[in-house]
Amino acid sequence: MALRGAVTRLLSNARKRAAVSASRAQGTAAASPAQNEAEVVAKKPVKAPKVQFNWRDALELDGLLTEEEVMIRDSFRTYCQEKLMPRIIMANRHEHFHREIVSEMGELGVLGPTIQGYGCAGTSYVAYGLIAREVERVDSGYRSVMSVQSSLVMHPINAYGTEEQKEKWLPRLARGEILGCFGLTEPNHGSDPAGMETKAKYNPSSSTFTISGAKTWITNSPVADIAVVWAKCEDGRIRGFILERGMKGLATPKIEGKFSLRASATGMILMDEVEVPQENMLPNVSGLAGPFGCLNNARYGIAWGALGAAEFCFHAARQYTLDRIQFGVPLARNQLMQKKMADMLTEITIGLQSCLALGRLIDDKKAAPEMISMLKRNSCGKSLDIARQARDMLGGNGIADEYHIIRHVMNLEAVNTYEGTHDIHALILGRAITGLQSFTVEK
Amino acid sequence: MSRVLVGVKRVIDYAVKIRVKPDHSGVVTDGVKHSMNPFCEIAVEEAVKLKEKKFIKEVVAVSCGPTQVTETIRTALAMGCDRGIHVEVSGKDYEAMGPLQISKIFAALAKKEEASLVILGKQAIDDDCNQTGQMTAALLDWPQGTFASEVTIDGEKVKVVREIDGGLETIKISMPAVLTADLRLNTPRYATLPNIMKAKKKKIANMKPADLGVDEPPTRLAGVKVETVDDLVAKLKANGTI
Repeated sequence: MALRGAVTRLLSNARKRAAVSASRAQGTAAASPAQNEAEVVAKKPVKAPKVQFNWRDALELDGLLTEEEVMIRDSFRTYCQEKLMPRIIMANRHEHFHREIVSEMGELGVLGPTIQGYGCAGTSYVAYGLIAREVERVDSGYRSVMSVQSSLVMHPINAYGTEEQKEKWLPRLARGEILGCFGLTEPNHGSDPAGMETKAKYNPSSSTFTISGAKTWITNSPVADIAVVWAKCEDGRIRGFILERGMKGLATPKIEGKFSLRASATGMILMDEVEVPQENMLPNVSGLAGPFGCLNNARYGIAWGALGAAEFCFHAARQYTLDRIQFGVPLARNQLMQKKMADMLTEITIGLQSCLALGRLIDDKKAAPEMISMLKRNSCGKSLDIARQARDMLGGNGIADEYHIIRHVMNLEAVNTYEGTHDIHALILGRAITGLQSFTVEK
Repeated sequence: MSRVLVGVKRVIDYAVKIRVKPDHSGVVTDGVKHSMNPFCEIAVEEAVKLKEKKFIKEVVAVSCGPTQVTETIRTALAMGCDRGIHVEVSGKDYEAMGPLQISKIFAALAKKEEASLVILGKQAIDDDCNQTGQMTAALLDWPQGTFASEVTIDGEKVKVVREIDGGLETIKISMPAVLTADLRLNTPRYATLPNIMKAKKKKIANMKPADLGVDEPPTRLAGVKVETVDDLVAKLKANGTI
């Protein structure tokens, strides 16, 4: 079904037109001035209508969105609830990745939505955030797939690639025809990407690079068609390379025994002297600025997304405690339950407002990376806590995947960790606050 | 130039729990989520499909009501309609408005826009009238294909499969015609991001019923309750209705 939501607030805030009723006299010539004056004096001052508190949108976020953003959010929310929710329990239980969803999202135009041209929608970053929130309301694994495709594959090609590379890859990535993955993290280098061991050696005779190394914890890699891999070149600079499935020496085994983000496929990228043509190198960036630019893009989406997961858990816990009767009353009648819900409501509401503020700053090109670190960290940490609380509120039923919350608890463990752990973002902020870095033991 | 008029109505969202106003004068609509009537969504989808199959050139989305209905028109534009017409009716007039008024407006617009088809939802989920399509056809003296579960254009004619009490009925009517969409006609598309953004640039014309020569709705008179069918027949005979 198409758009279901319509926000009355936006248009009721617009200039209201006076209702003209044929039956009401407009003041005829016959009415005496004295009579009119008396009417004016007798009229009471108009009271502002009482504002109703809406726990679903406690600080009226809807009123701060443009009509277009509301339509995008509502249309995509309908898709997520109608097409993604029905799949997720089994997908998560049996660790099955529905590759089709990438094509479905491509059809809706939500992949790489902030990119201008190349078959992309070209919307605001706020819209991107709203999209992430709706997907993650269903599952963080699905949102990871979308984030990787949009921020970690399409974005670097768009920001750092040549015109030919953009024309070659972006339209197909936007349609979801091909799926990409992002290779930065290594088995021995997670929080310190600068220490990466993957090497790229240039061969002048064939104009190719030979790349060897291993990347791990790569979302999408087992089924990806391309991989944007970051490797250290001979000059010590880190550069990005587009590797294609089928290249000799490239393997993408799946990581088994994963108990988080089970609905998305995660694996390694193993490169044994893979020969990559020079045209596949992203020429317009070198050094860690490249991967970090991508990560910041993704982290912003995660800041919104995690709150979507938290919102689901909050709403689910509320409904459960209203329905479940113990000792003759609904669980929601209890103070401990209400306190937990009050805390959830507060953190989600404040978190969303901060994400909106950040999105507007990004759209105005006035955002610094530390802002994104701050909100990614906040949203993930708070959402994980909310999910755990909600799980507790559901009691025994809280551990059954039928009730969804335990799945969010599992997922948010990874979301809190990837794209910069909770602690690493604290160090980023600490450095910004004090001017002193505390990442390494040296001065 | 083949043009289709699609009517869309802004109604309280189907998922909302309806509450009656404390003074029993109606239902609470303030601050309540509204959206496009589901049957209107199906009508829009059918019109856009016909355009994609190149049977028609232009789809015009029409809605009658206060300012807020432009949101619904915008949704129709995001689904693929080319332009919109907002017939402005607000306040008490809007509350008094019913299918007869709407069908007069649609009939006037159909003539003005030289439409080949008028496609409406079979009924609105708030009043469940199921009258507008039929009245519009009558006012225009056009053939009607109501409760359509399948629509095929065949030259100057339209083949309509209708869902009726007894099963399925297939009729062939000539254009121009009025069609009303039933549930199984199609599955409305999700508005894609690019289309939502294109919708911003599409035009929504604004007009009043008077511009179309349609007068204000009559004030609604109170009815009379009777106890038995015999009373009803007697009263109707007495005031000359039968």
